[in-house]
Amino acid sequence: MSTPPTHRAAPPRRLPAGAAALAGVLLLIPCVALALVPTYSRETPRLWGWPFFYWYQVMWVLLTPLLTYTAYRVIRRARGDR
Amino acid sequence: MIAAAGDGVNGVELGVVLFFFIVVTAGGFLAARWRRAESMHSLEEWGLGGRGFGTVVTWFLLGGDLYTAYTFVAVPAAMFATGAVAGFFAVPYTIVAYPIVFVFLPRLWSVAQARGYVTPADFVRGRYGSRALATAVAITGILATMPYIALQLVGIQAVLDTMGLAGSSNWFLKDLPLIIAFAVLAAYTYASGLRAPALIAFVKDTLIYVVIVAAIVYVGVKIGFGDMFDAAKTKMTTPNPKTGQPAGTFLTGDATYWAYGTLAFGSALALFMYPHSMTAVLASRRRSVIRRNTAILPAYSLMLALLALLGFAAIYEVGQKKMTVFGHDGVANAQLAVPHFFQAAFPSWFAGVAFAAIAIGALVPAAIMSIAAANLFTRNIYREFFHRHATPKQEAQVSKIVSLLVKFGALLFVLGLDKQNALNMQLLGGVWILQTIVAIVAGLYTRWFHRWALLTGWAAAMVYGTVTAYRQTVPNTVTKLVGGQPVVQTHGLRHFGSSLADFPFTSTKTYIAISALVINLLLAVVLTVVLRALHVRDGVDETAPEDFYADVPAEEVVLEATREVAGAEQRVSDARRS
Repeated sequence: MSTPPTHRAAPPRRLPAGAAALAGVLLLIPCVALALVPTYSRETPRLWGWPFFYWYQVMWVLLTPLLTYTAYRVIRRARGDR
Repeated sequence: MIAAAGDGVNGVELGVVLFFFIVVTAGGFLAARWRRAESMHSLEEWGLGGRGFGTVVTWFLLGGDLYTAYTFVAVPAAMFATGAVAGFFAVPYTIVAYPIVFVFLPRLWSVAQARGYVTPADFVRGRYGSRALATAVAITGILATMPYIALQLVGIQAVLDTMGLAGSSNWFLKDLPLIIAFAVLAAYTYASGLRAPALIAFVKDTLIYVVIVAAIVYVGVKIGFGDMFDAAKTKMTTPNPKTGQPAGTFLTGDATYWAYGTLAFGSALALFMYPHSMTAVLASRRRSVIRRNTAILPAYSLMLALLALLGFAAIYEVGQKKMTVFGHDGVANAQLAVPHFFQAAFPSWFAGVAFAAIAIGALVPAAIMSIAAANLFTRNIYREFFHRHATPKQEAQVSKIVSLLVKFGALLFVLGLDKQNALNMQLLGGVWILQTIVAIVAGLYTRWFHRWALLTGWAAAMVYGTVTAYRQTVPNTVTKLVGGQPVVQTHGLRHFGSSLADFPFTSTKTYIAISALVINLLLAVVLTVVLRALHVRDGVDETAPEDFYADVPAEEVVLEATREVAGAEQRVSDARRS
């Protein structure tokens, strides 16, 4: 195998269980919310003319990055990076 | 009377598109000098851009790569034709994809970085010590990517038809613009490798954002969201007088919950199994670049959601008799919904910007896909079976040539065969590529699965998925303008009519890829237990536990190391390993 210059100085660092669980929950929230299709497959309440089905899913487009980014920060902190 | 698309070429639109085409062509060739490496003669440099892309470049590259021109044309087209289940599932799909890949992609990046893997099949080869399994993953990747490249051409064709360039009856003149565009693309991809699409993606994504914002303002101000959704609801829920069936789905119903959910999650799981996504991920500089990108890539999903609604906006505009979806051949084609919407709603110069966005949006993923397919061929077929001791330079040379052949093949596919073939193949591609997930993602965490169990599960799922997709027949219906009136003609049945089928032993419509994955996983688990009990020999794992956490300590250090002491570093790391 042609190998690029690698830096494998860092030993495997397991995440503390608490941080891993917190990050996992944060990541799971949008997946569960969107998997429950019957909970949002309705037309009302409408928002600015948008049926619920449509604006609810677009709302998750905006919420999910916040959760993902928080999970990223949780992991960074637990590993002691910055 | 309904008129087909106007005759003659729109000069303003064509001028704007040509301008942007020339800009990206110049960019594509100049990209070879960007972050210039000592030598472009290796897959590390040509095929992965030197693994040097930071958060911002990776964001543009992945955005340009995953949200393709075909997506921009096909998702609104599906919304226009059959509504939410066929089209809007793309929104939950491109949301849940990121929390999912947040978990495992960094591990894949690390092991690829530590071991010099260029393709997902390289990882499978190293982890399971199985040539057969690696070849299966490589061939699945190539098969799934080829029709995807072909479909990018379909996106360009929709734009060319709208601009009036497809009107010529001479087949050569008619297809000439497409041939030229692809030849130029092939030339700069050959010269600059992954750097070319990375640079062009900046132009593409900027144009797309501008265009979407303008379109949504237009919908909000000129149409009104309420009226737009009402028009769509009327179309989707009104029963067809002939069949008594509604035209499509405005909201998902009892019968379509599982369809919607499995389409979203199945596609989300498959997204980063595609070789072109993997290529863009492996090109990033640090492990953290990937996780940061999972938080910022949904910006494109927002855009995709708004774009999907343009399919509904097109329904409204058709109702107002402002546009049609009839092409120059007089045949109704939902893929023309978005291009025709822009032509009807905006002045020519801005429609030109929108068309340039779609056309360039086709070039970026086509370039990355052809690089990814070429890398798979070079590393996992050429090197594995024909030339075991290929030098990095030979590998790069083979990849460059294969990337040309791949694009040429896609061109022939689209020009020579019915477009429907490309669509069928792409549907199958999604089903197929998901079947590599067991070997790849499980392999990132455990070596419990036996290589032969994984291979059998993959093979069974491939056969099941292909046969099931083939058996989904729908009436082959064409709506044609005859004497100014739309006439619906039906010519028997066609296969590959849907990506949904009854889940085995039930009557619940489910995404075929998910049913196949269940079969795949069951077989892999059961056979692993059996093979382990029988003590069948398993392959050698060349990876070490710490490989899955490997990272680059500081960016500056690495850039220096890569550029100045690459040779020395190589010897050191080789020595360390042996």
